[in-house]
Amino acid sequence: MILARVVGTVVATRKDPRLEGRKLLVLQLESPRGNSRDDFRVAVDTVGAGVGEQVIAVQGSSARMAEDCKDSPVDTAIVGIVDSLDLDDPVRKEG
Amino acid sequence: MIIGRVVGETVSTKKHPSHEGLKLLIVAPADLQGEPLESVTPLVAVDPMDAGLGDQVLLAMDGWTAMTAMDLPGSPIDAAVIGVIDHIDVSRDLVP
Amino acid sequence: MRLGRVVGRLWCSVKNESLQGQKLIVIQPIDSSGRDNGHELVALDAVGAGSREIVYWCRGREASFAFRPESVGTDASIVGIVDDFRRNQDGLTGRGTTT
Repeated sequence: MILARVVGTVVATRKDPRLEGRKLLVLQLESPRGNSRDDFRVAVDTVGAGVGEQVIAVQGSSARMAEDCKDSPVDTAIVGIVDSLDLDDPVRKEG
Repeated sequence: MIIGRVVGETVSTKKHPSHEGLKLLIVAPADLQGEPLESVTPLVAVDPMDAGLGDQVLLAMDGWTAMTAMDLPGSPIDAAVIGVIDHIDVSRDLVP
Repeated sequence: MRLGRVVGRLWCSVKNESLQGQKLIVIQPIDSSGRDNGHELVALDAVGAGSREIVYWCRGREASFAFRPESVGTDASIVGIVDDFRRNQDGLTGRGTTT
């Protein structure tokens, strides 16, 4: 799973019918310390995440295992909103 | 999924039988403004959404997802357009 | 999928059983302007590609689906020969805005 911050929303009228009614959010990938990476994804939201929240998302075919995503053409799904995150090693290098 | 920009088209006569009749586009992974990323090579993606040159699109980058979008289980497809983007709304306080 | 150019062939006497009888091709990935892009790689040929042809190829587990119902152990397969491709260089206009 990836750690990311919700930074925006996407509107697409013409899309796969199985994406109808789905909330599409723009994610910016983040390090565990919250440093932004210059890498973005568009994800289907399964948990009611909002802009500004730190989330975890599954990628690849695993995304369809997420609730409600079965048989949908989805490769990135938000599956959790991060409440807190502890790092064991305070000197671990940033990726 | 990622944001992509349609930058070209591909014509292929001799191809895998399951690809017959499919529209093939060249799609460049793009930034939030829809500008093609220089650092990433554009992909060949199948397009069931009838996107046009210059359109911003939602691009599925996973094989199962792409196959499902095309209703072609078991076809060798690893990228597909699954939506044409009307608008991206970005929070400028988060991404300047 | 990605674009590539056939730059060679490769033969192995000793190989995985699932690769028996398959044609191994060396491809140079290219970008949408036709320039070399990245390192050469070995792909299985599912369509009868020939020397110097421009092809499109599929990567990952899906690459093996080109040979169904056979189960073939490959992570890159040539799935089409490109007759023509063009890239619109400048002045891209289309749908989609960002605010």
